[in-house]
Amino acid sequence: MGGSYGSTLRYKSVERLKPVGKHSLIGASGEISDFQEIMRYLDDLILSDNMWDDGNSLGPKEVHNYLTRVMYNRRNKFNPLWNSLVLGGVKNGQKYLGTVSMIGVHYEDNHVATGFGNHLARPLLRDEWRENLTFEEGVILLEKCMRVLLYRDRSAVNKLQIAKITEEGVTISPPYSLKTFWNFSAFENPTHGAEGSW
Amino acid sequence: MTKQQANWSPYDNNGGTCVAIAGTDYCVIAADTRMSSGYNILTRDYSKIIQLVDTSVLASSGFQADVRALQKVLAAKHLQYQYQHNKQMSCPAMAQLLSNTLYYKRFFPYYAFNVLGGLDREGKGCVFTYDAVGSYERVGYSSQGSGSTLITPFLDNQLKSPGPLLLPARDAVTPLSESEAIDLVKTCFASATERDIYTGDKLEILILNASGTRVEYMELRKD
Repeated sequence: MGGSYGSTLRYKSVERLKPVGKHSLIGASGEISDFQEIMRYLDDLILSDNMWDDGNSLGPKEVHNYLTRVMYNRRNKFNPLWNSLVLGGVKNGQKYLGTVSMIGVHYEDNHVATGFGNHLARPLLRDEWRENLTFEEGVILLEKCMRVLLYRDRSAVNKLQIAKITEEGVTISPPYSLKTFWNFSAFENPTHGAEGSW
Repeated sequence: MTKQQANWSPYDNNGGTCVAIAGTDYCVIAADTRMSSGYNILTRDYSKIIQLVDTSVLASSGFQADVRALQKVLAAKHLQYQYQHNKQMSCPAMAQLLSNTLYYKRFFPYYAFNVLGGLDREGKGCVFTYDAVGSYERVGYSSQGSGSTLITPFLDNQLKSPGPLLLPARDAVTPLSESEAIDLVKTCFASATERDIYTGDKLEILILNASGTRVEYMELRKD
């Protein structure tokens, strides 16, 4: 939930997870004002979708495709939306998870991440993700990833939200914090041995 | 002390390798399914191949966002062609269309390295190979992408391409059987995967012949 401004931790309660329509959820990283712009585009998209009033609704796959086109077209005009987006959802029993970067690079997978998550979380997920994880197991796994990021990404704050999307809809948890442990012996006297060494 | 400025590149190289081999009555088109960015693997299961027409299959590596946009543009153009001509495009026609589409963006190119494979109107295998701005040539076999430098010399050795200046002009399509060509492709990728960090995970092979299209997969090293 952190929003940095360079090296300053400017905003400490940024909601970076938002529902989109009935079936999807978007998570964003990067420039918050550009994310707010994207939410305006998505609000218009969902509105148009609802105005058809035909019982159909855009699913996560369609929203992801729309976002991909928006990001790519802005990149083509050399005026990118400076975000990395995650798009997940469930529609008609089919689950979907995808991501798109500021230059339009996109893919779907069983687990995705933005920024430092690609370096720190994806390896953990590659090792421990399986088909048919229960929701509770999924939360434990995600919290493990977020904890590692909290320890090792200096722009991270200890305040997060977890969202769940099912056929019934989207729920986003209230903000909470992770338990951390700072008494590892390696953290004690961190400059020990530094003098005289590189 | 100059002002710090955000700098970004509109391009990225998402890696991967593509190969195609033309036979007398078949064509084999293959690509790995790894998508990378720098030293990261983004996903191990992304297809670089698209079947545009029954007789034309495009495999492209390079910048994934451009590859996908290119695939969509070609698919849309093909749909229009079908409406206007009441028939599907032939592989050589698609080859020309791809070249023109790439050159259209000559001054902000699609960072895509393409190999188009298929069957010509006579049912013979054909392979067309491209650079990023649309320069193309019909060949008997080709490789593009991050592993191409490793694969092309091997293919040159195995497929004994006749010199292009020989008279009478000799067919570039290989006399190998379909299964021999498939095995050759598998060998190419197994080798490229060893030494190219951007190639690996899984190999997707499309085989086109008179009976239609078939897909085969092979696991590759994931490191």
